[in-house]
Amino acid sequence: MPTLAFPSEALTRTGSLNVGSVPPLADADRKPLMKKDVAADHPTWCPGCGDFSVLALYFKLIEKRKMHHEKITTVAGIGCSSRFPYFVQAHGAHFIHGRALPFASGVSLSRPDLHVFVFGGDGDAFSIGGNHFTHTARKNVKMTYCVMDNNVYGLTKNQTSPTSPIGYKSKTDVWGSGDRPINPMKQAIAAGATFVARTTHTNPNHVLQIMEAAMDHDGFSFIECLSECVEFYPGAFDGANPRKGGQFPLVPENHDVTDEYAAYQLSEDLMPGKFGIFYKVSRPTKNANEAKIISTNREKFAALPDWQILQKNFDRMK
Amino acid sequence: MSDTTTAAAQAGGPPQISQISEAVIRIAGNSQDGIQAIGGFLARLAGRSEQEVMTFMTIPSTISGGPSIFQVRIGSGEVLSAGDEADVLLCFYQHSYEGHLGSLKKGGIVLYDSDHVKEIKPENETKYRHIGLPISSLVVEAIGGTGRDKGKNVYALGLIAKMFNLEVPKLHRLLQERFAGKDPKVAETAIAAFNGGYSHTLAAAAELFKFKPGENIGQNQIVMGGNEALAYGLIAAGVRFGAGYPITPWSDIMELLRKELPKYGGSFIQCEDEIASVSMAIGASWGGRVAVTGSSGPGIALKTEAIGWAVMAEVPLVVVDVQRGGPSTGMPTNVEQSDLNIACFGGHGDSPRVVIAPSSVEDCFYTAIEAVNIARKYSTPVIIITDQGIATRIEAFKMPELNKICQDITPDFTPVADHKPYDLAAPDGVTRHLAPGTRVASGKYPIVTGLEHDELGHPTGSPKLHLQMTAKRRNKLRKLGAELPVPAVFGPPEGQVLLISWGSSKGPVEEAVKQARAAGNAVSSLHIKYLNPMPNGLEKIFEGFSHVFVVELNDEGLYGYGQLAALLRARYCDSKIRGITKVDGLTWKVREILDRVNVMTK
Ligand SMILES: Cc1ncc(C[n+]2csc(CCOP(=O)(O)OP(=O)(O)O)c2C)c(N)n1
Ligand code: SF4
Ligand SMILES: [Mg+2]
Repeated sequence: MPTLAFPSEALTRTGSLNVGSVPPLADADRKPLMKKDVAADHPTWCPGCGDFSVLALYFKLIEKRKMHHEKITTVAGIGCSSRFPYFVQAHGAHFIHGRALPFASGVSLSRPDLHVFVFGGDGDAFSIGGNHFTHTARKNVKMTYCVMDNNVYGLTKNQTSPTSPIGYKSKTDVWGSGDRPINPMKQAIAAGATFVARTTHTNPNHVLQIMEAAMDHDGFSFIECLSECVEFYPGAFDGANPRKGGQFPLVPENHDVTDEYAAYQLSEDLMPGKFGIFYKVSRPTKNANEAKIISTNREKFAALPDWQILQKNFDRMK
Repeated sequence: MSDTTTAAAQAGGPPQISQISEAVIRIAGNSQDGIQAIGGFLARLAGRSEQEVMTFMTIPSTISGGPSIFQVRIGSGEVLSAGDEADVLLCFYQHSYEGHLGSLKKGGIVLYDSDHVKEIKPENETKYRHIGLPISSLVVEAIGGTGRDKGKNVYALGLIAKMFNLEVPKLHRLLQERFAGKDPKVAETAIAAFNGGYSHTLAAAAELFKFKPGENIGQNQIVMGGNEALAYGLIAAGVRFGAGYPITPWSDIMELLRKELPKYGGSFIQCEDEIASVSMAIGASWGGRVAVTGSSGPGIALKTEAIGWAVMAEVPLVVVDVQRGGPSTGMPTNVEQSDLNIACFGGHGDSPRVVIAPSSVEDCFYTAIEAVNIARKYSTPVIIITDQGIATRIEAFKMPELNKICQDITPDFTPVADHKPYDLAAPDGVTRHLAPGTRVASGKYPIVTGLEHDELGHPTGSPKLHLQMTAKRRNKLRKLGAELPVPAVFGPPEGQVLLISWGSSKGPVEEAVKQARAAGNAVSSLHIKYLNPMPNGLEKIFEGFSHVFVVELNDEGLYGYGQLAALLRARYCDSKIRGITKVDGLTWKVREILDRVNVMTK
C-alpha cells in the first residue's frame, strides 16, 4: 500500500493562544445573554438606516429566546444589510454576493443542531441570488432568511434593484426604472417556501413577533422586512408607516395561512400591502428527507465501523 | 503481444496455442452495444487472475448511439499505458472497422461481424488477419431473436475468451454477479450467449493464445475506475458531505457519493448549479468537517469566485476537477489537461491554493485522502485535478488496507477559552477555525469572511494587515511546498532527456522511457504530482539533463509551452525546459512521445 505523504493529523485549534481546557457549562449556570454580550463591532450603517432596527430585534430575539451563545449562527452575502454578521458577537460568516443561501444550506444540512439565520438585501436575494432563492425555498432547507428590502442597491450606492418600483430614479436608470419589480411574497410562495411573512423595520414589536414565528418554523422561513435606505431611497416606505401618514394593515385574522391562493391574493398590492404571516404550511424539510435517507441506509450498517462498510463494497470489486 | 513462445503446431491438429505476456484488445461498435461492459468484464477477470490491466475507453457525449470503443491491455507484468496498437480488433460495424483498423498492429487479428462489415479492401487482407463471423445472426441462433442487440457483447466476450484461453468459470461467475438481483433468466441468457461465442469454432483463427501467469500471484487485487477510486478515497478520508451539479465526466463521482454517503451518515446534495454547490460545500466545511464539491470544464469556471472566498477565509475544502477538452463546452468526452491554469490561478486577486493530480486509478484513491489531509492541515482549498484519461479507465490494484487507511475526522466541539482564527502569531502560520456550536468562554466569537480582516475576522482597510494576511496565506503554502516529497527520477538521474509528466500521462511517459532506454537513448522521467505549490529542489534534478521536456495534453499556447511547462519556466527561468503538447482528445501514445523527443533532440 502506498504511504501517504500527508497522513491524518490531530490539529491544534487555538494557534498562539495557550488557553488550556475549559470546563463544561451546565445550562443552570448560563447567564442569560444581554445585548452587550451579543453586540460586536459598531454597525457601519448610515445613521437612521432601517437595518439598525433589524439588528436590534435580532438581539432581542436572542435575549428573549435564551439562545446559547455558541449556537447562534449568522450568515450573509454582500450588501449593506449583509454586513450583519460582523455586528453580532457570535459565530458568523460573511460570504459572497448572492450565495448566502447555499452556504447556509451547507451549514444547516450538515449541522442539524444549529438554526441558521441568514440576513441580506433585495439585490443579494432576488437578483444575483435569485436562482438560489428559488431552490432553497423549494427544497425547504431549514433556516430563517430575512431579506432587508430597501428597494435599492445600497452598498454600491444607488443602482436599480430588482424590487425598485417602476419610475424609481437611480444611477442606472436616471430617467426612472422601467422593469417590473419582483414581488418577494409571490416569488417566495411560488418557489415553495413553507413560511412567508412580511414586516417592516418601523414596527419593532411586529418584527420580533415575526422573527420568533420564523425561527420556530420547521423549514425554510422567509421574511421580507422593509428596511429603509435613508441615504439613497428615503421615504420609500412612508406609505407603510403610520407615523409618516401611511398605514400598517395586518393580515386579516380570518386569513387561512395554509391557503396558497389566498396568500397569493394578499400579495397583490405591496404599498403598503399587508403585514404578518401570509403563508405557513408543513412540508418535509430537506433536512428531514436527508435524515430519512441516512437512517434507511444505516439500518444495515449501523453496527459496523466505517472501514468495514467500505470493505463490503471493495470485496464486490475483486 | 510480446514474448510469444509458440507451441509446436501439429499438422491438421487443433490450432497452436501461443504463450503471451500481454495483449491489447480493442472493441469497437456503438455505445448501445454494451462495449464498455465487455471491457469491464475483461478488466475484472484480469484483476481476479492476478494480472495487471489497464483500459482505455471513449464514450460519445451523445448518450444514445454513436461510436464507442473500449481498449483493454492485459499483461502479466506492470502495465503502464493502454497500449499504442491493438493486437486484436473486434468490430461490429463497417464504420468501426474502418475507423479502427489503423489502430491494429501489422499482422494483428481483426475479428468482425460479417453481418455488418461488408467491404474489405484486398490490401488490408494482406496486412491484417481477418476473421469474419456473422456475429449478429449467431447471437440470434444462440439466444433467440429477443436478445439480438443485448447479447452481442456477451457473445463477443465468449469469442475472446476462447481466443485467449480465459478462465470460463470465473467469467461465468462475473456474468452471474453482474446480473444478480435481476430476473434469473437474464443471467441464463447471458451465459447462453457467452457459451455460444465460446464454443464457436474459430478454426479460421489459426492461433489461440494463453497468458503467462501474472506477477501478482497471491495479491488481493481490486478493479475499479478512476472516478470510483476518487469517490471512495474521499469516503475513506472521512468526507461526509458534498454538493455538486451534473456534468460529464464529473457526474460519476457525485452519483457514487450520493448513493454511498448515507451509509456512513453523510449526504451529497444535488444543487441548482455549480456556484450553489461550491457554496454549500464551503458552508458545510465551515460547519466543521471538510466537504467536497467538484465539476468539469465550465463548472470549474463557475466555482472560482467562491474558491477565492475559501482562500481568503482560509476554509478547508476539496474541489475535484475532472478535466475534459475545453474551452467552453469543448470536447466533453475527450481527455485534455488544459485546466492547470484555472486550477492554480482561477479567480481574482492573489489567491494561492493547493493543486494535486493523481496519475493512475490507484493514485486517485490515495490522492483523495491526501487532499483532505492537506486541506485540514493547511486550512485551504485543495483542487484535485484529474482527467478523462484516468476518470473512465479501469485498473486492477492492490486492495487497500481499509482498517488502517480509513480516517475519522469528526469535528471537535470542545469549548475553548479564547480564539483568534487568523492568528498572525500562530506557530505553524496556519489559520484554525472553530466550528459554529463551539463555545468560546471569553465570549469573543470569530467571523469568517471574504473581506480582508484582522485576526478575529473583522474587516479592515489597513494596508499593513492586508500585507500581513496576504503573506500569511502565501507562506503557509510555501511551508507546504517545503514539506512536499521531492519526486524520484524514473530511470538514471543523469542523461540527455528528462521527460516531465503530470496526471494520467505518467504511464505512457514511463513506458516511453523504458522503450527509449532499450533503444540506447539516455531518457529519464520525472512525475510531478503536487503541482501548486510544487516541491522544492527540482532544479537540482534538471541539472542532470541536457533537455527537459514537459509532456502534457494541452496547447502550446501563445508562447510555445504547455501549462505546466510555462509554470516551470516561470519558476526556474531555465531555457532548456520545453513542451511536448497535443490536443487531439486522446491519451498519449508512447510512439508519439518518442517521435517528438527525436525531433526535438536532433
Ligand atoms: C459578484 C459580485 N458582483 C457585484 C458585487 C457588488 N455589489 C455588492 S453589494 C451589491 C448590491 C447590494 O444590494 P442589496 O443586496 O440590495 O443590499 P443593500 O446594500 O441594499 O443592503 C452589489 C451589486 C459584488 N460584491 N460581487
Ligand atoms: S446606504 Fe442605505 S442601506 Fe446602506 S447603510 Fe446607508 S442607509 Fe443603510
Ligand atoms: Mg437593497
